[in-house]
Amino acid sequence: MSDKIFKKLLFVSALVIMIVCGALFYSLMSGSLPAFRELGFFRFIVSSEWGMNSDGSEHYGALPFIVGTLMTSFTALLLCFPFSLPVAFFVGEYYNNTVVAKVLSTIVDLLAGIPSIVYGLWGFYVIRPFMVSLGLSEQGFGILTASIVLAIMIIPYSASLSAEFIRMVPRELKEGAYSLGATRAEMIRRVIMPNVSSGMISSYILALGRALGETMAVTMLIGNTNNVPISLSDTANTMASVIANQFGEADGLKLSSLIAIGLILFIITAIINYIGRLIIKRQSL
Amino acid sequence: MKKSLIIILLACIILTSCNSKKVELSGAGATFPLPYYNMVFNNYSETTGINVSYGGIGSGGGVRSLKDKIIDFAGTDVYLTDEEMSSMSPVIHVPTCLGAVVLSYNIPGVKELKLTSDIIADIYLGNITKWNDPRIVAINPEENLPDMLVTPVYRSDGSGTTFVFSDYMNKVNDNWSKALGSGKSLKFNTGIAAKGNPGVVGTIANMKGSIGYIGSEYAFAMNIPVAKIQNAKGQFVSPSSKSITASLSGDIPDDLRCTITNADTDGAYPISCLTWILVYKEQNYANRSLEKAQATADLLRFVLNTDSQQLTEKIHYAPLPSYIVEKALAAISSMTYNNQPIN
Repeated sequence: MSDKIFKKLLFVSALVIMIVCGALFYSLMSGSLPAFRELGFFRFIVSSEWGMNSDGSEHYGALPFIVGTLMTSFTALLLCFPFSLPVAFFVGEYYNNTVVAKVLSTIVDLLAGIPSIVYGLWGFYVIRPFMVSLGLSEQGFGILTASIVLAIMIIPYSASLSAEFIRMVPRELKEGAYSLGATRAEMIRRVIMPNVSSGMISSYILALGRALGETMAVTMLIGNTNNVPISLSDTANTMASVIANQFGEADGLKLSSLIAIGLILFIITAIINYIGRLIIKRQSL
Repeated sequence: MKKSLIIILLACIILTSCNSKKVELSGAGATFPLPYYNMVFNNYSETTGINVSYGGIGSGGGVRSLKDKIIDFAGTDVYLTDEEMSSMSPVIHVPTCLGAVVLSYNIPGVKELKLTSDIIADIYLGNITKWNDPRIVAINPEENLPDMLVTPVYRSDGSGTTFVFSDYMNKVNDNWSKALGSGKSLKFNTGIAAKGNPGVVGTIANMKGSIGYIGSEYAFAMNIPVAKIQNAKGQFVSPSSKSITASLSGDIPDDLRCTITNADTDGAYPISCLTWILVYKEQNYANRSLEKAQATADLLRFVLNTDSQQLTEKIHYAPLPSYIVEKALAAISSMTYNNQPIN
């Protein structure tokens, strides 16, 4: 009897999640329809105009924010690579099961638990003045500053998962390589890398998904200007930051455009997560 | 375990049912008058026992919440346009105090900066890029202006503060009105944007060479310098309760919707503004009780009484002149509940 109830309960909660997700998508769709109808879906995506013209006409386009999002996210991914990859090998292979590795992996996991506003504050008070003193940008705000902080934020996602994949490489394979006279570096290159490459790619894709949606820290550091960024020192706005910035006061067409940006972000993140999952699946087969 | 859970549940139910009997007012909107409202609403709760909560979510957010009928009143720095008025049930504008939008700056070594509207326009349009620009030096001969990049800071969110600032600039500078116009959010092509008055203040305080427009109280609270602005009479005036009051000279319309920027009077600070509380004329909506309607009218009268108005000067706003208070009281008297006047 209780087993039956439990089963029902599980079914209901699973159903609720699905309904919530569907409802979310539906409300984003219906909220963004006015913007797409008024501006056209394709024009909305490729237009770089944002806001009210001085004659009072309104026009909104998502291009600056899509470019800003992709630029910050991929730069962050590039920047996180040289840190998360060594951490993964350190924890998963070289010092596997030692106290040092456990401490390090705990610290890295801790990075994931820090609220993003704290990263934002740290970036604002530490990284931004540092960028100014390096002469990389005039005010210190911009894509590069945001990307550096983003990179640190996504290290735990890529490092932990990669280390997990490295640990999963069968012992027999590694020992086989050693018995054939391979050095550790050769073993990593010839045995571990081919085994874990797709898993690693997927872990970086998941980290990328996280970078795409990051809002608070980026909002504090990117400069919040609605232009299409050309270089890394430019100020810009990401899809998430423009929503956070402008939602409070928006109404009418602007509100609908912001929801439409939310929908596009939802779709981009979903696609990237799906690709990540697809690659993991191939790995485990 | 089970018993204690049930007791907690019961306690929760009792507590919530207790609360619902008491009258509570909730409002939301502009952050500009938030420091003033916090003080006045607190005093009101102490004298009457009626709690008033006010969420600083921005003028637009406040108006939207009022439209959705989920709050009792909305705070705004921008009066509703005729179009907005016609899309809602009749709304009353009750002015609550006078304020100013100030230009704060962060230039090492400069204590008293004077600015004209033309210089401000050229800074925001990107035509003036260095602090030692000859035009700035010409009107500030006693200051030692550095060879430093000028970074204008503006609001990333739509805001009443931007509206007041751009309303002034739009009146006095042709290049500004051609390029940017006036509104709650503008298409600036240069500078850095930050969210909310607190965000702009924080950015200016931490960034050398920056200048930005903010609600006066936020600048004074952070103790960052504020520029003197040249008014229509050619005088350089710093924002103060006196200079803000001086900008209200002429009569204002009976529905109390107007801007008071660029006043042509002696000693007037040119970027002054009114801030309003909006309520529905017919107070019986969304199942509100008569007590709640009475409390709303009562609260508005409390904000306008002499004691509350005196508070404004303490926190760098300015009190409303008596003729405006009278007009506002008349507007409050026109509030109804089921078409009957509220006492």
